[in-house]
Amino acid sequence: MILLTIGTHEPFDRLVEAMDILAGSVSEKIVAQLSDTEYNVKNMEVLGFVPPKTFEQLFKKASFIVSHAGMGTILSAFEFEKPIIVFPRLASLRETRNEHQLATVKKLEAMGYINVAYTAEQLESLVLKGASGALKPLHRIGKVASSGLVDAVREFINCP
Amino acid sequence: MSKRILAVASAGGHWVQLLRLMPAFDRHTVSFLSTKENFREMVAPHPFYFVQNATRWNKLGILHTFFLVIRVVREVKPDVIITTGAAPGLLAIIAGRLCGARTLWIDSIANAEDLSLSGKIASRFAHKALTQWKDLSSSKFSYQGNILS
Repeated sequence: MILLTIGTHEPFDRLVEAMDILAGSVSEKIVAQLSDTEYNVKNMEVLGFVPPKTFEQLFKKASFIVSHAGMGTILSAFEFEKPIIVFPRLASLRETRNEHQLATVKKLEAMGYINVAYTAEQLESLVLKGASGALKPLHRIGKVASSGLVDAVREFINCP
Repeated sequence: MSKRILAVASAGGHWVQLLRLMPAFDRHTVSFLSTKENFREMVAPHPFYFVQNATRWNKLGILHTFFLVIRVVREVKPDVIITTGAAPGLLAIIAGRLCGARTLWIDSIANAEDLSLSGKIASRFAHKALTQWKDLSSSKFSYQGNILS
């Protein structure tokens, strides 16, 4: 099963439509967790709201994830060691308010942490690669931050 | 000494980042504040407070959320407020300053190119502000690692 998620805030029909078309040519089932979508999905199983725990189970079951550039989803992919294809929302197409998704994605891509599709064509080739089992998780993290950040927070809390 | 902590984040990536800081809250009493009621189950048995989300594009909504946040801060009486954003986190920092709490803003990892506007405003009120990108650190925002490792 391939899991598509677009976050909870705004519709993202460009990604949903591209994935729906791909679903016609991929044998693996695609489950789409969508909030607000105008596009009429034909080839995917659509879920509306799902509670966090159910979503986590779906996430664990998926062979790979296709997502907007939401940091929550990207971090979950790192944590559950799932390959992820990120398709950023573009402010130039009014899919989000500023280009922060694009900027973050470019940095994470440069670090070698994620697969990024900027166009429907790139998305298609990455999804086909994923469906053939050739996508690997590129970065792993533990359940909690292990970095100096936790120490910095701890130090701030303990400061008299 | 055990402290009372109020940990604040709006739903989505901000919340996921906040939960990754959990080890820092060990041995303290922590309450959570977020914008999705069903997050309660993720942090139980810690107290969880829900407020309606607000963005800076909705002035009346911001004011309403601010009053709700103040109510939570007055109830929890935190020694320390920690937030990963966004707008409700900024409101919690301001409310915290009014109530004498020490306040920490952690700018989201999703602000890779520029600090968030909420963060820039929060840094004027917060006792300390952190960025998660080394190249964005400045006199106001220090870099001490990120939640990616």
